[in-house]
Amino acid sequence: MTSASHPVRSLAGVAARAGQPASNRPTKIQVERLNFYYGRTRALEDISLGIQPNLVTAFIGPSGCGKSTFLRALNRMNDIIPGTRVEGRVLIDETDIYGPGVDVVALRRQVGMVFQKSNPFPKSIFDNIAYGLRINGMAGSRAELAARVEESLRQAALWDEVKDRLHQSALALSGGQQQRLCIARALAIRPEILLMDEPASALDPIATQRIEELVYELKKTYTIVIVTHNMQQAARVSDRTAFFWLGRLVEYDTTERIFTNPAEKLTEDYVTGRFG
Amino acid sequence: MKASPPYAAVRHLLDRAFQVLALVVLCLALAALAVLIIDVWRDGASRLSWTFLTSYPSRRAADAGIWHALTGSIFVILVTALLAVPIGAAAAIYLEEYGGRSLAARVVEINIANLAAVPSIIYGLLGLGLFVRALQMGRSVLAGASTLALLVLPVIILATREALRAVPPSIREGSYALGATKWQTVWYQVLPVALPGILTGTILALSRAIGETAPLITIGALTFVAFAPDGLWSPFTVLPIQIFNWVSRPQPEFQVNAGAAIVVLLVLLLAMNATAIWLRDRYQKKLS
Repeated sequence: MTSASHPVRSLAGVAARAGQPASNRPTKIQVERLNFYYGRTRALEDISLGIQPNLVTAFIGPSGCGKSTFLRALNRMNDIIPGTRVEGRVLIDETDIYGPGVDVVALRRQVGMVFQKSNPFPKSIFDNIAYGLRINGMAGSRAELAARVEESLRQAALWDEVKDRLHQSALALSGGQQQRLCIARALAIRPEILLMDEPASALDPIATQRIEELVYELKKTYTIVIVTHNMQQAARVSDRTAFFWLGRLVEYDTTERIFTNPAEKLTEDYVTGRFG
Repeated sequence: MKASPPYAAVRHLLDRAFQVLALVVLCLALAALAVLIIDVWRDGASRLSWTFLTSYPSRRAADAGIWHALTGSIFVILVTALLAVPIGAAAAIYLEEYGGRSLAARVVEINIANLAAVPSIIYGLLGLGLFVRALQMGRSVLAGASTLALLVLPVIILATREALRAVPPSIREGSYALGATKWQTVWYQVLPVALPGILTGTILALSRAIGETAPLITIGALTFVAFAPDGLWSPFTVLPIQIFNWVSRPQPEFQVNAGAAIVVLLVLLLAMNATAIWLRDRYQKKLS
């Protein structure tokens, strides 16, 4: 156990006491009565919740409960799946991202995403990070670009491991390093929100711990939403937890309450491992 | 020891029998190819020389060469590639990345597969009507290459779509999630990954085109051409037509010439296919 994993737990407790989800702290993301359909199948039913800035919000629930679909609704990644449909509103900084005239490309720059399976581009480590900067016109001079790449890799705690082989293929990195590369890639374009879809589910315990420490560091700067099927992970890294079941939001509260004193019987059964 | 389940012996025998049968069929196919190559080599090997490659046609078999037909084949196939590859790749990108799953897209898809199966002489008739006559290209390299481009276009489109489909969706998602537009995603991420697959399919399609005779005869390339093509509007002939020409002559010396020209054409084809295989292997290594 390294020293860094202890403050994760204790500070999560402090943040939990600071305010309930329903408090009047301003929300970064406000979801209002969201319904989501794959063809005729309703995958999400009438979901409303507010996500607060600079906290880690975890979505938990059994497979197929809609937590990943909900996460992908927050940066409109579901748009690229044919036959999907959305009802309701998702306000980010008080703008409805499903409203008319919204630029999806600009939205995704603001709301970054890290996927379950690490998906580095089959290019060099440097080019993986530089890609987002180049396509968004943020590359600047060669020196600026190199500086941004280094900064992103440092933020993702990967710099020391890769600084001598920036121009080698990203596919030669280990699974954990690839996932941190994907985090660095997302951070490079300076989003405000970072969505993480089971970012550590394919990683070994040590690589998982590094990702969790990273999440704790990153919430100082970013609003983080993380989907996980690992209850201990949700308890360790998050400040707020939302429990989904069969496409519905069952309970949303501080992580501490969800895990120690949930209001719903269903939540209690799930977090204590009675089903799932 | 446990007793074998019923029929085990029969099942093992069938398994073995099928393996032997498959091997025999494979050997038959390879033997036919080997006989062809050996036969052609024995007919033509004596005639193969640098002079044969660089000489123009002649009424005397001993003086006749294939320079005009060899350069004609290479020139025509290069122009065919320049015409067919950009159009085919662009069509495939549209169908795969933008077309969606609408009914219209599926109708187009089925018809492209149908076009790939249309006999080449039909393309020759189309080329004669469209390029030679309506567009007044005459019996030129451009008319021949345009006809062959139509012929290989469906194959290139199908091969390109396969290559695009083989690009993992996670790469597209990763790109979109960084705020890339569709075009940026296709251009910077999808195409580079798909490129070796596209090239492989294209080379295989072009190696079919380089052996085509019927459509070029139809548009009138079967004329006595005594010089190498010097431009897009130049009359031309190609290796298969020169071979056809020599084979149909009564003098046995010309049969020898035909054998030698076939060897040259086969070498050209094998070189193109080897390039395709080399590209595919390189690509597989790069991804793993």
